[in-house]
Amino acid sequence: MTALQLALGIPLVGAAAIALAHRRPNLREAATLSTAIALCAAVLQLLDPVLAGARPELTLLEILPGLAIAFRVEPLGMLFGLVAAGLWIVNSIYSIGYMRGNGEQHQTRFYVCFALSLGAALAIAFAANLLTLFLFYEVLTLLTYPLVTHAGTDKARAGGRTYLAVLMGTSILFLLPAVVYVWHAAGTTDFAAGGILPADMGRGAVAVLLALFMFGIGKAALMPFHRWLPAAMVAPTPVSALLHAVAVVKAGVFSVIKIVVYVFGLDALAGATDWLVALSGFTIVAASLVALHADNLKRRLAYSTVSQLSYVILAAAILAPLSLVGAALHIAAHAFGKITLFFAAGSIYTAAHKTEVSQLDGIGRRMPWTMAAFGIGALSMIGLPPAAGFVSKWYLVSGAMHQGAWLALLVVLLSTLLNAAYFLPIVYRAFFRPLSAEAVHHPHGEAPWPIVFALTLTAAGTLALFFFPEVPLALAQQLVQP
Amino acid sequence: MSLAAHLPALQVVLPLLSAPLAVLLRHGGLAFAIVTAGAWSAFAAAIALWLQVGETGAISYHIGNWPPPWGIEYRVDRLASFILLLVAGTAAVVLPYSRASIAREIPRELHYLYYAMFGLCLAGLLGIVVTGDAFNIFVFLEISSLSTYVMIALGRDRRALAASYRYLIMGTIGATFFVIGIGFLYLMTGTLNLVDLAERMRSVESSRPVLAALAFITVGVSLKLALFPLHQWLPNAYTYAPSAVTAFLAATATKVSVYVLIRFWYSVFGETLIFHRLPLPQILLLLSLAAMFAASFTAIFQDNLKRLFAYSSVGQIGYITLGMSFDSVSGLTAAVVHLFNHGITKAAIFLLIGGLVVGLAKPDAHRDAPAGSRDAVPPAPTFDRLAGLAQRMPLTCFGIVVAGLSLIGVPGTAGFVGKWYLILAAMEKGQFWIVGAILLSSLLAVAYVWRFVEVAYFRSPPAGCARCEPPPGLLIPAWLLVGATVWFGLDTSVTLGTALDVARQLVKVGA
Repeated sequence: MTALQLALGIPLVGAAAIALAHRRPNLREAATLSTAIALCAAVLQLLDPVLAGARPELTLLEILPGLAIAFRVEPLGMLFGLVAAGLWIVNSIYSIGYMRGNGEQHQTRFYVCFALSLGAALAIAFAANLLTLFLFYEVLTLLTYPLVTHAGTDKARAGGRTYLAVLMGTSILFLLPAVVYVWHAAGTTDFAAGGILPADMGRGAVAVLLALFMFGIGKAALMPFHRWLPAAMVAPTPVSALLHAVAVVKAGVFSVIKIVVYVFGLDALAGATDWLVALSGFTIVAASLVALHADNLKRRLAYSTVSQLSYVILAAAILAPLSLVGAALHIAAHAFGKITLFFAAGSIYTAAHKTEVSQLDGIGRRMPWTMAAFGIGALSMIGLPPAAGFVSKWYLVSGAMHQGAWLALLVVLLSTLLNAAYFLPIVYRAFFRPLSAEAVHHPHGEAPWPIVFALTLTAAGTLALFFFPEVPLALAQQLVQP
Repeated sequence: MSLAAHLPALQVVLPLLSAPLAVLLRHGGLAFAIVTAGAWSAFAAAIALWLQVGETGAISYHIGNWPPPWGIEYRVDRLASFILLLVAGTAAVVLPYSRASIAREIPRELHYLYYAMFGLCLAGLLGIVVTGDAFNIFVFLEISSLSTYVMIALGRDRRALAASYRYLIMGTIGATFFVIGIGFLYLMTGTLNLVDLAERMRSVESSRPVLAALAFITVGVSLKLALFPLHQWLPNAYTYAPSAVTAFLAATATKVSVYVLIRFWYSVFGETLIFHRLPLPQILLLLSLAAMFAASFTAIFQDNLKRLFAYSSVGQIGYITLGMSFDSVSGLTAAVVHLFNHGITKAAIFLLIGGLVVGLAKPDAHRDAPAGSRDAVPPAPTFDRLAGLAQRMPLTCFGIVVAGLSLIGVPGTAGFVGKWYLILAAMEKGQFWIVGAILLSSLLAVAYVWRFVEVAYFRSPPAGCARCEPPPGLLIPAWLLVGATVWFGLDTSVTLGTALDVARQLVKVGA
C-alpha cells in the first residue's frame, strides 16, 4: 500500500469502524481519534517525497473513456491535505469534549459523516483532474449536509435547505458545464502546470469559463453565493470549526487556486481577472461590514470567513506569483486562526451557554485560556505579528505591489481596519469590562479539558506558523516554480 | 446446431412458454417458480448474447430456417443486446421481489395469473427487441401491452381499473397507428423485414405514403414511450399498479418503445430523411424540453410518492429523447446510456416504495382493516404518512435518497453519465441555451427528491411507531438495483462502452 492509498482509504475504514462501535461510545471515540492520527501519519508520509519533487499518483476506475478517478499529489494539494488532516486530530479531541459536554444526539452518525467528509476533502486535495475534483466536491456537500442539519430542528432544516440549495445549485448550474466545456475544448481535464486550455480559445470564452468556475465553486463563498456559510452555522461547533473554517471552505478556495494555476495558467488569464479582483474585494469589505454588526458570535465568525476566503480569491486574481504564494499560505494561516476562534466560541457555549457578543463582558477572567486563544486567533485574522495571518498577508501585499494592483491594496488596508474593528472589541469586552449582573449569579469556569486543550493547541499552531513557516512556504513556492 | 446458436429464439421462447405453464398449474408457488426460472434463463441468454454480439457483431437468426426476407428474421445487434440485458435483468430482479410483494397486494387465487401475465409481458418486450420483422414487432407489442393492462388492473386500489382502461385506450391507439404505418411501408416496399425495408426505402423515401408511415409510426411509438404530451396514461398507471409491476414497467416498457423509435428512425428511415429533410429534430427537441420542465415541475407538487416519481419518469424520458434529437454520436450515446441507467434507477425507486408501502401497512393494519381482509386498500405512500420515516425504515429511505441522487445526476451515480454526454452533445452543437435548460431542469429534480428527504428525515414520526423495515425479500432485490445505480456510475465500461459502440454504428451522417 502506498501512502496515497492509505491517505484515501483510512477515512473509509475509520468510518466503518466508528459505525461498528456505535454501542460503545468510548471505543467509538477511540476509533475516531486513531483514524485521525493514522490519517495524519499517512499524509505526512507524502510530505518528504513531494518536497523533494515527487508526484505520487493513483488511478482508480475510469468513469468516462479517457476520464478516470485519479489522484496526483502536488504541492498545493499537499498543503491543503496536511492542514485538514492535522487539524482533524485536534478537532476530534475537541469534538469528544463538545458532543459529550452538550449531550448531543446521534453521535455515531456525526462521527461517521465527519470521517467520510475528511476523506472527501483529501480526495479533493489530491485530485488529478477536474472530474475527480467535481465528484468529491459534490460528495463533500452531501456528506456535510447531515452534519449541518444535525440538530434536526426546523431551524436546522431551513439552514440545511439554504446550504444545499446554494452549494448544489451553483455546482450544477455553473461548475458542471464549466468542467464539461473544458473537456470539450481541451480534450482533457488533467491538471497541468501552465494550464490545459487550447491557445486559440477566444478571450470571450475564457472570460465566461472563468466566471462559471468562480461562481460554480460555491464553497469559496464569493458574493452573491455566500449565504450558505452563515446558514451552516446551525451545525454543532466542531462542524463549523473544522468543516466551515477548514475542510469545506478551503476545498473551495483550494479549487479556485488549482483551477487558476493548472487549468487556465496565469498567462492565459492576463487581463481577464479585473472583475474578479473587484468582486472579491467587494466581498471582503461587504462581509466585514456585516460581521461588524453581527451580535451572534458564530455569525460574526462566519462572515469573517466569507471575507477571509475572498482574500485567497483576490490573491489568485492578482495573478502575481508572490500573491499566489500568499494565497496558498493563507489556506493554512486562516485555517489555524479560524478554527481557534470557533473552538473558543464553542468553549464559551459549552461552559457559559452564551452565544452573543454582547453577553461576553468580563468572561476572560473566568475563561482565561479560551479568551487568550481567541485573542491570538483574532490577531491572525487582522494580520498582525506574531500570528500566521501576517505572513500570508505579507506575500499578498508584496504581490499586489509588484503587479501594481492598487485596488487590491486599498481593499486589504480597509479590511485590516475592519477586522480590527470587529475582533478587538470582543477581546476588550472579555478582559476589561466588568461581569454583567446576570452573569454574576451564574458562576462557571473553563470548558471541559479536551476543549481547552484543543484550542490551546491550535492557538499555539497559529503562533508557530508565524515563527516557522518553512514547510508551508516551501510548498507554496513549489506551486509557482514547479 | 448447438444450443448457443438458438439463443435469439430461446430468449423469447423460454419466458413465453412459462406463461401458459403457469396457467395450467393454477398454483401461485409453482407459477412463481416456473416464470422466475424462465426470466432467469432469459437473463442468462441475454448475457450470453451480449457477449457474443460484442465479439462477432450482429447475429441473424432465421426462424424455421426460412431465409429473410421471406421468413421471419431475429436480429440481435449491439443496441438490441443491450436492451435485452436491461429488460431480462430487471425481470430477474423484480420476480423474486414479486413473491413477497404481491402476497400483500393481490388476492391469493389470482397469483398464478399475475405470474402468467408477467411471463407474457416479458416475452413480448424481449420479442420486440430481438425481432427483425416489422409486423412481428407489432405482434409482440400487443402481447406485452395486453398483459400490461391486466397487470395494472390487478392493483388493489379501485382506481387501478380506470388507470388500466385509460392505458388500454391510449395504448391501442398507439398500436393501431403503428400497424397503419407498417401497412403503408409494406404497400410501398413489399417487405416487412427491417434490413430489407431499409434498402428498398431509398427509392421511395420521399413519397407521400412513406412520410405518412413515418408520421403514424412516430406518433404511435411516442404514445407508448410516454413522450410529452402523450404521457397522460403514465402517472395513474404507475401509481395504482401493484408495486412490482410499476417497477418492471418503469424500467422496461417505455425503454423498449424508445428502442423501437431509435430502430425505425436510424435503421429503417435513415438519418437523412429524419434529421435533414424533415423538422423532426426540432419538434423532438421542443417536446423533450417541455417534458423535462413541465413533468419535473409537476412532480414537485405531487402528494403521492409513486405519482411523484411517475412524473419524474416522464421528465427523464425527456432527457432520452433530447439526446436522440441531436443526431450526433454524443447525443445518441447519452440517450442509450440514460435509457439503461434511468431504467435501473427507477426500478430501484419503485421497488423501495413497494417495500415502504408494505412496511407502512404493518402498524396500521389494525386501524385500516381487519388483518387478512383482501378488500382493504393498502395505504398509499402519501407524504403525510412518510413523516419521520427515516427512523422507522432507515434502509428503505437511504436507498430512495441514493437513487434520487442518480435522478439529479450527481457524479458517482448512474444518472451522471447520461447527463455528461447530453451536455457535451449540446456543446458540440454550439447550443449553449440547451446546456442551461438541462442544468436548470436538474434543479427541479433536486427539489422533488429533497421534498422526500425533508419529510422523511426531519419531521418527527407519529407517536408509538416502531421500526418497520420491509422484509428482506423486498429489501434485497431493491438494494441490488440501488447498488447497480452506484456501480454503473463509477464503472461505465459495460454501459457506456456499449452505448458508444451503438452510437458510432448508427450515426453516420451527423457525426
